[in-house]
Amino acid sequence: MVDNKQQWKAWLYLAPACILLLVFTVWPIFNTLRMAFLNGYGNMAAIGGATFEFGIENFVKVIEYKEFLQCLQNTAILCVATVPISTILALLIAVALNSIKPLQKTLQTIFFLPYVTNSIAIGMVFAAMFNIVGLKQGSAMADTWGIINNVIQFFGGEPVNWLNAGSTYVSNMVVMVIYIVWNALPFKILILLGGLQSINKQYYDAAKVDGTPKARVLTKITIPLLSPMLAYVVITGFIGGFKEYSSIIGIFGDKMGPADDAGRLNTMVGFVYDALERDRQGRASAAALILFAIILAVTLFNNNVIKKHVHY
Amino acid sequence: MKVVLQNLTKIFPSRDKKAGKEVVAVNDFNFEIPDGQLVGLLGPSGCGKSTTLYMISGLQKPTSGKIFFGDDDVTELSTENRGIGLVFQNYALYPHMTVMQNILFPLQNLKGKDKLTKEEMLDRAYEAARLVQIDELMDRKPSELSGGQQQRVAIARALVKMPRVLLLDEPLSNLDARLRLQTREEIRRIQKETGITTVFVTHDQEEAMSISDVIVVMKLGVVQQIGKPQSVYDDPQNLFVAKFLGTPPINVLEGKVEGGKVYIGSEAVLEIEGVEDQEVYIGVRPEGLEPCADGKLTCSLNNLEVMGRDASVVASHENAISPVIRAIISSDIKIDPSAQSVKFNVKPHKFFIFNKETEQRIYFEVK
Repeated sequence: MVDNKQQWKAWLYLAPACILLLVFTVWPIFNTLRMAFLNGYGNMAAIGGATFEFGIENFVKVIEYKEFLQCLQNTAILCVATVPISTILALLIAVALNSIKPLQKTLQTIFFLPYVTNSIAIGMVFAAMFNIVGLKQGSAMADTWGIINNVIQFFGGEPVNWLNAGSTYVSNMVVMVIYIVWNALPFKILILLGGLQSINKQYYDAAKVDGTPKARVLTKITIPLLSPMLAYVVITGFIGGFKEYSSIIGIFGDKMGPADDAGRLNTMVGFVYDALERDRQGRASAAALILFAIILAVTLFNNNVIKKHVHY
Repeated sequence: MKVVLQNLTKIFPSRDKKAGKEVVAVNDFNFEIPDGQLVGLLGPSGCGKSTTLYMISGLQKPTSGKIFFGDDDVTELSTENRGIGLVFQNYALYPHMTVMQNILFPLQNLKGKDKLTKEEMLDRAYEAARLVQIDELMDRKPSELSGGQQQRVAIARALVKMPRVLLLDEPLSNLDARLRLQTREEIRRIQKETGITTVFVTHDQEEAMSISDVIVVMKLGVVQQIGKPQSVYDDPQNLFVAKFLGTPPINVLEGKVEGGKVYIGSEAVLEIEGVEDQEVYIGVRPEGLEPCADGKLTCSLNNLEVMGRDASVVASHENAISPVIRAIISSDIKIDPSAQSVKFNVKPHKFFIFNKETEQRIYFEVK
């Protein structure tokens, strides 16, 4: 037990961390709650001396917004599409990487490159790849297509308007999913590869002695033994997915959509930012709390599903 | 199924190419394991016993030499086609499966004409489980079992597909002393009941001696001696085998043969025939030293350990290579523990001499 007289010393040593946490974590969380429940709260108005009533008007406003539902839908689609695809791809790549000896280190580095590269920069490269530069074929103007369309044409396909003005919602989403998956892979591969390398090799020897087919080794031994890592990757993937924002900026810029339909690909976090920009801190806080509630619910659900399938 | 090892050699390339030192793990191993016998591969760590086992299993490829199961050459055959059961040192039970699922696993891999129906699989699994007496634990996970129980599950999993040869890698090393005693009897019983040719690896000579039909003593990849446990103990072919077998270990002393007498220091302890004069190592089993008032070997007495039935005389001698000279005697024989010295006579059949250079046994006749 710490001597009572000595306790102030303990508090003194804890103080720097406590103060920082209070100022930058606890207070903002509390403040978010406060602003969310003050009807029509705005910082400028507050400075101007306005008072706000306590209520749930901000939440009602947020839900009534057409844009909000669009943002929610975009976010949900991106999550549901990217998390399974990136997890399965990462698993296959990690298993493949783990089973080769030559070039393993080199390939590992290559697969890890996206992680250390700025996502906005990558987004711009992706945008260029999917872009249409110039005008359509047949016109007098230049008809340079992005590399993806060049490849499609090379194999005799019709070029697709991926993300320029006049593109469809589906083609926009396809680009987003490819980009987000590609961006999410390195971290997942790293985690899964680490998991694979910590699996005792004797399990594989035992499976070999019993003549276990490769596919069965993967489904009956590798995946169950890797399940804690898979669970981690899926849960953090969903959390990251719900916070998706910068990837949209990377591809579409701050219009959050093709030139003729700005905001079409906006996400929940984007919605919060937009509200902040318009000095609607109350509404932004309400949206942030809704996002928090959704992430919490999804994570709890994930946890429950995972509990039944994860073997520790 | 007899197992024949022919000039079996395994060389591991050195990890560091510059140093260029290869490791010869197993060197020219020749042995025929008779059908239905329990064979113990015995030796200190790094002697190549596990490598030999893994070569028989097919998990490691021999550098040269051949392996036969019966008359089939299996050297090039992959592990799964050899029909072996292997029990790993750490059991390697799949932690996410129940005991039942673990035992069923090898059966579910069978394909083509060997494929079994669900009922056949369950029958076989229960049969194997009953054999190792774990049929009560079928729904448990490996983490819910004791070490000994896990060991049995591993054996059941190896036996369930009815292997031609059963291989056990250090089967008892992860068990506590009591369980080890019990489990080794169990392995003996299971082996006798199934009649499967079984090879197991151990560094514990007591373990090997107690249950094997035949033991193979190895050192640095080279087979030192093969034989029935008792005959290897009674008739070691070199100093290493003599030292490796037996608890307490054999007493080793420096001495010489001169004019038909074996000398330790200045005392002639035994008169022999048929050996030229030379410097020798002398090995005397603890039970080969008899305290006697007119004994020929004088040692200074350190202390006396009485252990009920037996007593152990701990003495020392300036020519001894082993740290102490130990004699196991009946506790009926009275020794004065306060005496400065003790005199021993040696029993000729517990007394071995070895060439000082080659450490090979020198056989002699007692005069």
